[in-house]
Amino acid sequence: MTRHLRVIEAGPAVTLQDLGRSGYIAQGLTRGGAMDRRALYEGAALLGQRVSAAIEMIGYGGAFEFSQATRIALTGAPMQVSLDGATLSWNASHAVPAGATLALGGVRAGAVGYLHIGGGFDVPTLMGSVSAHLAAGLGTILTPGTTLPLGCDTDDKSGLLLPQHARFAGGSIRIVRSHQTHVFGESTLARFLNTTFTRDARANRQGIRMTPDGDGFAAEGGLSVVSEIIAPGDIQITGDGAPYVLMCESQTTGGYPRLATVIPSDLPKVAQAPLGAQIRFELLDMDAAVDIEQRANAQLQALPAACQPLVRNPLQMQDLLGYTLISGVVDAHANPFERGPS
Amino acid sequence: MFENPRISSVGLSGVLVSFAADMQERANLAALAFRAAIDAQDWPDVIETASTLVSTFVAVDLTTTPYENIRVRLQDLLTTQDWEDAPLPQGRKLWTLPMCFEGSHAPQLGEAAHAAGLSEREAARDLQNARTRVITIGYAPGQPYLDAVWNIPRQSELTPHVPAGALVIAIRQFVLFTAAMPTGWRQVGQTAFRPFDPDRASPVVLAPGDEVRFAPITADELSSLQDGDSLGGAAWETLL
Repeated sequence: MTRHLRVIEAGPAVTLQDLGRSGYIAQGLTRGGAMDRRALYEGAALLGQRVSAAIEMIGYGGAFEFSQATRIALTGAPMQVSLDGATLSWNASHAVPAGATLALGGVRAGAVGYLHIGGGFDVPTLMGSVSAHLAAGLGTILTPGTTLPLGCDTDDKSGLLLPQHARFAGGSIRIVRSHQTHVFGESTLARFLNTTFTRDARANRQGIRMTPDGDGFAAEGGLSVVSEIIAPGDIQITGDGAPYVLMCESQTTGGYPRLATVIPSDLPKVAQAPLGAQIRFELLDMDAAVDIEQRANAQLQALPAACQPLVRNPLQMQDLLGYTLISGVVDAHANPFERGPS
Repeated sequence: MFENPRISSVGLSGVLVSFAADMQERANLAALAFRAAIDAQDWPDVIETASTLVSTFVAVDLTTTPYENIRVRLQDLLTTQDWEDAPLPQGRKLWTLPMCFEGSHAPQLGEAAHAAGLSEREAARDLQNARTRVITIGYAPGQPYLDAVWNIPRQSELTPHVPAGALVIAIRQFVLFTAAMPTGWRQVGQTAFRPFDPDRASPVVLAPGDEVRFAPITADELSSLQDGDSLGGAAWETLL
């Protein structure tokens, strides 16, 4: 019998997302994929599997019913969560019994939550990915009634936790110079670095607007620029002077000048900055940025070893007693004497 | 102030080689030729390449390939010839797109002709005789920008809804819309061809450097092509 997940209820921006599509920039299609790529790696580590598609939920989750016993992991922005009435730890993996309903509500911090499945989703790829790229007309949002077949799960390990990574409250975002920084001039760049921004309500998978606490920004002499390539993280200055950080589902090229570019490992922090969060930008030179990226990539590779056994909150145990006390399994690489935050 | 060609990093995700600071045909040709030359190098760290209006983009992970390393390789390749005079890449296609220039399918042909200083009849003849080149693909997946026959300004108002498959024109360029959208460009034709169809074996069939001509069809012929597949009667031959 095929395992599947049925969507009973869904927020307005619930989609399947993997690492996206590479190789189509020349054809006008950006990578897309998960807004918070780190969350995908965390989910894979918690479930002991390769990075694969997860359900991405912006702002609000939904209710999901499982036809068979399934392992899940919850990562990204912590959300209100209930498994048949019992609460679950976030940034952790869990065993879900057949017929159970997982209800995910609003985010408690951050902006984008992820639901991962042991064995992943068994859905067809389109142009090499299962990611919905709504701006390109690829895939769809998940709506109530949708049934997603699940892949074969060869593992049974759950009850693992990853320490929460601090990226859900805005803060300092590291940037490097862009190929168009020079059209703004050094004094504009300096003022940009001295400005505090507020994450605006105008935000989606294409870009996130940052409202400055002072005047806006402009290219010197109102210089217009020729339409040019966009990289994820480019900070585009639009007509009214407010910057947009361009995200995974941006266009491939654009005619608004780019002041700087957010480094890849800080893009999850941009994606997770909640409405109203304060943002500052910190300029790095290329060598410092490369060093930080290399360390961030090494950290992603080390996530499986960083998983710890979930320390249960006794107050929750009554509710969970029926079905989740099977997970006394410890990751072979984890330090068994270390305990996660309770 | 703009030293050509100019090499710069694009975040940590690649390198851009720009042949001009504004749109110039020679820079576009250079970007196309230089992209093909990079592809021919088959460098293992190059993830993908693209050409924009005036630049070649080389996607490289600058956290594993030092910027200076790829910059020097690109600089060395740049000095092997004058890219603005380089021949266009091999294997380009000449497309023939059935295009309706009649009535409601070319609602602004008269206005565009007037802006170009032509009679509507002369304008229609220009379009039917045009042989244009794909300058770049962008804005939306598969959406081609083509060098146009006239240089006319954008209209000041937006037309709220121009259909998918519309041929629109402004500022020396045609665009063939992949989806319905509002635009300040003027619609002068309509095709059943869809530049992007994710369910087609090749979702995007046009490539930068390809050449395109329009085969005039009637509204009835357009209607029957629209009932067919997403190629809309488009045919191609290899350019020699």
